[in-house]
Amino acid sequence: MATQDSPASGLAFEQPIYDLEVRIRELEQAGNKSAQTEDQLRSLRRELAEVTRKVYSELSPWEMVQVARHKDRPYTRDYLNLAFEEFVELYGDRRFGDDRAILTGFAKLDQYKVMVVGHQKGRTYKERSACYFGCAHPEGYRKALLKMRMAAKYKLPVICFIDTPGAYPGVGAEERGQSQAIAENMYEMSRLDTPIICVVIGEGGSGGALGIGVGDRVAILEHAYYSVISPEGCAGILWKSGAHAEKAAEALRFTSKDLLEFGIVDTVLEEPLGGAHRDHHRMAARLKMFLIKTLRELAQKPSAELLEGRYQKFRQIGVFLETPVV
Amino acid sequence: MASSEQLASDATPVTETVGAPNLASPSQAPMSEGSNSKRRPKRGVPEGLWLRCPGCAAVIFRNESEKRLNTCPECDHHFYVSASQRIQQVLDEGTFEEWDAHLMPTDPLHFKDQKAYAERLVAEQQRTGLSDAAITGGGMIRARRVAIGVTDSAFIMGSMGSVVGERLVRLIERATTEHLPLIIISGSGGGARMHEGILSLMQMAKVSAALARYDSAGGLFISVLTNPTMGGVAASFASLGDVIFAEPKALIGFAGPRTIKATIRIELPKGFQTSEFLVEHGFVDRIVPRAKLKSEIARTIDYCGW
Repeated sequence: MATQDSPASGLAFEQPIYDLEVRIRELEQAGNKSAQTEDQLRSLRRELAEVTRKVYSELSPWEMVQVARHKDRPYTRDYLNLAFEEFVELYGDRRFGDDRAILTGFAKLDQYKVMVVGHQKGRTYKERSACYFGCAHPEGYRKALLKMRMAAKYKLPVICFIDTPGAYPGVGAEERGQSQAIAENMYEMSRLDTPIICVVIGEGGSGGALGIGVGDRVAILEHAYYSVISPEGCAGILWKSGAHAEKAAEALRFTSKDLLEFGIVDTVLEEPLGGAHRDHHRMAARLKMFLIKTLRELAQKPSAELLEGRYQKFRQIGVFLETPVV
Repeated sequence: MASSEQLASDATPVTETVGAPNLASPSQAPMSEGSNSKRRPKRGVPEGLWLRCPGCAAVIFRNESEKRLNTCPECDHHFYVSASQRIQQVLDEGTFEEWDAHLMPTDPLHFKDQKAYAERLVAEQQRTGLSDAAITGGGMIRARRVAIGVTDSAFIMGSMGSVVGERLVRLIERATTEHLPLIIISGSGGGARMHEGILSLMQMAKVSAALARYDSAGGLFISVLTNPTMGGVAASFASLGDVIFAEPKALIGFAGPRTIKATIRIELPKGFQTSEFLVEHGFVDRIVPRAKLKSEIARTIDYCGW
């Protein structure tokens, strides 16, 4: 048990947390514990909670991005397993193929029957390459729209989980109309006649996120981010080097707190102490509670009111000066 | 794991063009003084009287090109035109009435890269004479009343921030209530404007939602794509026309060619992301040379019974 190991998470700022965790594990594993060891363990655990709280309350935007991209962070598939009673996957866009970067299907959440649409990043190398690390192609967006339309036909609410670095930049994606696919999704989602709840669970990567991001309620997890461009991309253009990503992350104002302030999201879902990657179950339970509460609320709205509310929600976004016309 | 992280971060700049301008731009167009400055000055010839066409490398008279609506007399290469020139070219003379000119950009994020956004805005306004990257208003095309919006790629790459989004939405809403055909001519290499962060991204949804309402009300939207139309502009209103025209050889796409090249590490096919490429793949209805744009728009309006 070498304490000089870097944290398993690979996050440098988690070092103090990791060091304590290692010490606790060593003590726990030691045989026949004395009363003194028990005391020591109790105080270490208290210290761990405090240190974790401190580290996570002081995350910089760039550190937040690292948390949002964490390899152990729960993905759509994890929430489907933990928060939903059933998931019946529906494949394919019936035009070109089945994009593994977006999962779609019927799901049961408590007593609600819903349609789930969510980015999936994949955990193993094989999964990750199959879904291009959660970067969808046009067929992914078209699959999402096809299933959402079906949901509207049968009055199933739609739940979208957003977690993507961005839509895939490639030759095939351009040939098959990446722009058109994303544009059409926003266009149709804005008038889709069924409740839509969108939750940014990890990375909200620009147009690739917004392609399944137009809804009646938009929520974000505490340490997730939602941005017009990745910090690396922004730094590459404005600072002429991706190495300035940290500065770009500060400048872009994309943390959950900023988004709430700008009126982009309605709700920030608090993550378990030390981030969602530390406690999938607790995060899933909180998400489930939020979804059920919101579904109940939206189900009561007549469709005209729902659609008007959705239109106005996006209509009012933007900051500009309006000088009186003389 | 290292390799997966590597790939993930390679994939990240995807979004680059949504906010991001690494593309052919007005500064590359022959109209700019800069492109001539490196060449040996010719004695007795006034600055800017000649230009070299980037399409065929012919040296041509600026006057001659201007007479042909800023195209090359030798090879028909389409040069940059400003939003106001564009309006002159497309609308009947003297019929344009600008709407919402009083909306002015501001700096909600207090964004600062190597230059503060607030300063950048002032500099761009002085350089281009525009208040932001879009002009909107009403006018006539061959005596048919239309609502028209034009984005100008000279102003921060024609990128869409709050003012561009708001002007376009007000244009679309007015076209809806006044039952007018809607024309939007896009020239935007920058997509959604990074300097206004998430607010810019959300303009994509806002404009698309307004277009959906216009569509539900039976509106006719003609989208005209010019060089360049990329990122968040391509991925919102530009792709949502009932009819989509493109000028010849314009660069049109989602991700910038450099981003794609950096991600997939292969040579891009010839003619990739041009108007002709989009026609071939089924995403543009017609390529319309600039000289025919006005009559083609008028004809489309007639066909749709407006």
